Amino acid sequence: MSKYTLHINGKAQAVDVEPDTPLLWALRDSLGLVGTKYGCGLGQCGACTVHIDGVPARACLTPVSSLGKQKITTIEGLDAKARHPLQLAWQELDVPQCGYCQAGQIMSACHLLTQHPKPTDAQIDEAMAGNLCRCATYTRIRAGIHRAADIASNGKGKK
Amino acid sequence: MSVLKTAPSSPSRRSFLRTSAVGGAFMLGMSAEGALAAAAKAASPEFTPNAFIRIGRDGRVTLISKQPEIGQGIKTSLPMVIAEQLEVDWKDVRIVQGDLDTALYGPQGAGGSTSTPTNYENFHRLGAAARMMLVQAAANTWGVPVSECAASGGAVIHGPTKRRLGYGALVESAAKLPVPDAKAVVLKDPSTYKLLGTRIGGVDNAAIVSGKPLFGIDVRLPGMLYAVYAKCPVFGGKPVSANLDAIKAMPGVKDAFIVEGTGNLNGLRPGVAIVATSTWAAMRARRDLQVVWDEGEGANHSWADFTAQAQAASKKAGDLAGKTTVRKDGDVPAALSKAAKVVEGAYSYPFISHASMEPQNCTAWFKEDGALELWAPTQNPGSGQALVTTTFGIPKEKITLHIIRSGGGFGRRLSSDFIVEATAIAKKVAAPVKLTWTREDDLQHDHFRPGGFHFLRGGVDASGRAVAWHNHFVTFANRVERDGKSVLQPGSGGNLFADEFPGRWIDNCLFEQTVLECRIPMGPWRAPGSCVFSWVLHSFIDELAHAGGRDPLEFRLELLGNKDFMPASSERGLPYDVKRMRNVLVEVAQRAGWGKKQFPRGQGQGIAFHFSHRGYVAQVAEVTVSREGKLKVDRVVVAADVGSQIVNLSGAENQVEGSVIDGLSTLMFPELNIEKGRIVQSNFHDYQLLRMPDTPSRIETHFIKTDNPVTGLGEPALPPLAPAVCNAIFAATGKRVRQLPLSKTDLSWS
Repeated sequence: MSKYTLHINGKAQAVDVEPDTPLLWALRDSLGLVGTKYGCGLGQCGACTVHIDGVPARACLTPVSSLGKQKITTIEGLDAKARHPLQLAWQELDVPQCGYCQAGQIMSACHLLTQHPKPTDAQIDEAMAGNLCRCATYTRIRAGIHRAADIASNGKGKK
Repeated sequence: MSVLKTAPSSPSRRSFLRTSAVGGAFMLGMSAEGALAAAAKAASPEFTPNAFIRIGRDGRVTLISKQPEIGQGIKTSLPMVIAEQLEVDWKDVRIVQGDLDTALYGPQGAGGSTSTPTNYENFHRLGAAARMMLVQAAANTWGVPVSECAASGGAVIHGPTKRRLGYGALVESAAKLPVPDAKAVVLKDPSTYKLLGTRIGGVDNAAIVSGKPLFGIDVRLPGMLYAVYAKCPVFGGKPVSANLDAIKAMPGVKDAFIVEGTGNLNGLRPGVAIVATSTWAAMRARRDLQVVWDEGEGANHSWADFTAQAQAASKKAGDLAGKTTVRKDGDVPAALSKAAKVVEGAYSYPFISHASMEPQNCTAWFKEDGALELWAPTQNPGSGQALVTTTFGIPKEKITLHIIRSGGGFGRRLSSDFIVEATAIAKKVAAPVKLTWTREDDLQHDHFRPGGFHFLRGGVDASGRAVAWHNHFVTFANRVERDGKSVLQPGSGGNLFADEFPGRWIDNCLFEQTVLECRIPMGPWRAPGSCVFSWVLHSFIDELAHAGGRDPLEFRLELLGNKDFMPASSERGLPYDVKRMRNVLVEVAQRAGWGKKQFPRGQGQGIAFHFSHRGYVAQVAEVTVSREGKLKVDRVVVAADVGSQIVNLSGAENQVEGSVIDGLSTLMFPELNIEKGRIVQSNFHDYQLLRMPDTPSRIETHFIKTDNPVTGLGEPALPPLAPAVCNAIFAATGKRVRQLPLSKTDLSWS
C-alpha cells in the first residue's frame, strides 16, 4: 500500500492504496464518492467518466499513481449546489430511467459544452459516443444537452 | 405472458386495507432514507392509515414505494396514484422505498410489466380512503356535515365558511377514525385529476444527477469487506481446486475459498470467492487466481453445432425426437399446395445477455445470531429471499431484504444468483460483505435470452390473402427435475405458445417446436418471447404481403379481420382485443403518413404491430440505407393503447422511447457466440450496444386512451420495433433481414 494525496473537487484527499488502483475504486471505496460508476473496467462504457485537469477521462483506466497534482472533478464536484445547467436540464426533461450511466453522461456532456457552447446534433453524436446508456435515454440526453446550452447562454434559459 | 415465477395475486382490496391499517414499522432501503423516516417518526405522532401513507403533524407526507425501481419509473408513478386521490401537492410528498415485506405491502416484484396493472386500482383506494378519513376528521372538528367539506392541496376546506385545516393539524383526529370499508371508498372522477397524466420527473433524479449513493453497488456499511466470485467459464462447470493460499497472501485479501454451490442452474452456482479490503484488491487478486475446473457436460456446446442441429431438425419430417405440435388448424400442406404463392424463410437469432449498466451485486451481512441482512438491487426480492431459505436453511423471519434501486433490470434481476452468492460468502465472513460482479462475469454468467431458429412457410391465394402458415421453431431447453421426473424445460421466452400470432387468424396454421438440450442458463429478457417472436412473425407477415402484391398495412388489417374480439383457444391461451390492435395500427399509419410519401431507393417505411404484456402497440419506422449498406433510422412513430389513463406522461414516453431504442440496439448489435461451452464475448468492446450516433433522429409517441384497465409500459413497446425497421429496410433495399444481429446481412445496394 502507498499513500497518495489526490486533488478532488477542490480538496486534497489522502488515500492509502496499491499504486495500480484505478481512480474509480479509490473514489468509490476509499473516499465514498460513489457517483462515479463502474460499468466495464475497460474504458468502453463511460460510466466512470471524470474530468482530469478539465478533460474527460475514464477513472477505471487511470491508476492513482499516475495522477500527481492533477485536478480531478467528479459528478459530486460539478457544481457546489448541484445546479449546473446540465443537472438542471436533466431534471427538467426527466432524462434518466435507471440513472446509472447519467453521471458519466453529464461529465462527458459538460466537456462538450465547454468546447461547443451551442453544439449541433453531429457534435453531440461525436462527443457522447463513448457513453453507453442501456435504458437508451439517448433522445433525452440529446435534448438535455441542447436545453443545458440554452440555460447556460441566458441564465435560466427560455422554455 | 408473465415473467414472474409466482404470478402476482393482489389480496382483496378489503383485506389489503385492513392489513395495511395495522400500519406498523417499515424498514427503509437506503440508510439516508431510513434515518429521515425514523427522525420524522420520533418528532411527532403520525397518521398512518395504511402501509403506504404516513402524514406527520407538520403536514409532511411520506409515501412508500413497494415495488423495485429498475428504471421503469414505478417509484414515481405508483405514489402519484396515491397522491392524486389523497389530494396532496406532489412537491410536498416524499417517497421512500419499502423493504421486502409482502405481509405488509402485498406482492413486490418488477417483472412482466405487472406493477401497474396489479396495483393501480388498489393504490387509488388507499389514497382515497386516507383522504376520506382526513375530511371526516375536519368535519368532526368543525361540527359540520362531511358533505360540506372537500380536500385539496393537502388541506380540508369547509365550503360554506372557507375554513381550512391542513392535513398536519388533522393527524391526531384522523388517526382515531376507522379506515373506511373498501366498498365505501369514493374515488375521484378521472376528469378532475390534477396529477395523473401530467409529466412528473423521477423522484430520484436530483440524487442521480448529483452522484448521491443510490444503487446497490453504492451500498457502504461500517467494516464492510468486498468480494468477487469466479465461476467456471463453462456452463454448469465447477471448481475442483484453486491456488487459494497464494491468493490469500495477496495485498488486501482477507480470505479466499471455494463455494460448492448446487446443481441448479437457477440457484447457487459453484465458484471461488475472494474477499478483500476493497473491490480493487479483490479484482486484482483474481487476476492471479488459478482454478482447476470440472467443466462437466456443457463443455461440448457450440453455437455452430446448435445451428447445424437446428438446420438438420428443420429438414426432418414427421416424428423427430423432441418435436411437438403446438398448434394445428386446418391442413397446411394441402393449403400450401393450392396457394398462388408460397414463401419460405429461415429466421434465427443468437443468445444475448441483459447487460444492465450496473453489474450484478449484492451486500450481505450474516450476523452472530443467525440473522441475515441483504441489500439487493433486485427485481424479484421475494424469490431471492425464498432461494436463500431453500439454499441455506435460513428461515424467512431471520432475513431482512432491503430493495435497492437497480441500475437497469430488463429481466436479469428476476434471477437471484447474485443474492445467494453474496449470502454464501457472507456466511464465511464476520462482517458485511459486498459482492460485485465484473462486467465479464455479468456478460458471461447471465440467464441469457435464448437463441432460436424459426423455419417458416406461408402461402397466399390469388387475391393476396394469407391462407397457410407453418412455423417450425427450434429452441433451447434445460433438463430439470419436476415432480420427481427429469424433463426438458425451454428457456424463458423460448416456448412458442399456441395463441401466438397469427394462430387463430389463418385457417391453416401449424406451429411445431423442437428443443435442443443445453446447460446454458436462460431467463426472461424484456418482453420474453415477444422480443424475438415479434421480429420473426411480423417480418414474415410482411414477406407474405409482398408475395401477394399487397400493401403491408392493408394486408395486416385484412388479416386482423372485422371481429372485435378473439377469444383464447384454451384456458391457458391468450384473449386478444382485435379492435384495440386495429385502432393502434390505423392510428400509427395516419400519424406516420403511411402510403402518402414517395421514398427514393435506399429509403422506406415499415410497419408492424404486436400485443404483449397487456399492451397493444403498432409502429412505423422510416429508414435510410446507404449504398454501402449502413442503416440510419430516421423516424419511429408509435401508437400504443395501454388503457384508460397514462399515469406519468413523462415516464410513459421515456419507456416507449427507451423500448424503441433498446429494440433497435438489440436488432443491430449484440450477439453471444458459444465455443467449447463458453461465451466468447467478454465486455463492451466485443459485445456492442447502440450508442448516440445510431439513435433514431425522431421518435413520436401517441397514446390512445380506451376504456380498459391501466397496464404497464416496461415491455410492450419493444417487440414491434425490430420488424418495423426490417420491413422498412426491405422497402428501401429489397433485402430481407432473416438473421440477427443486423450485421449478418449485407444491406448494400446499387
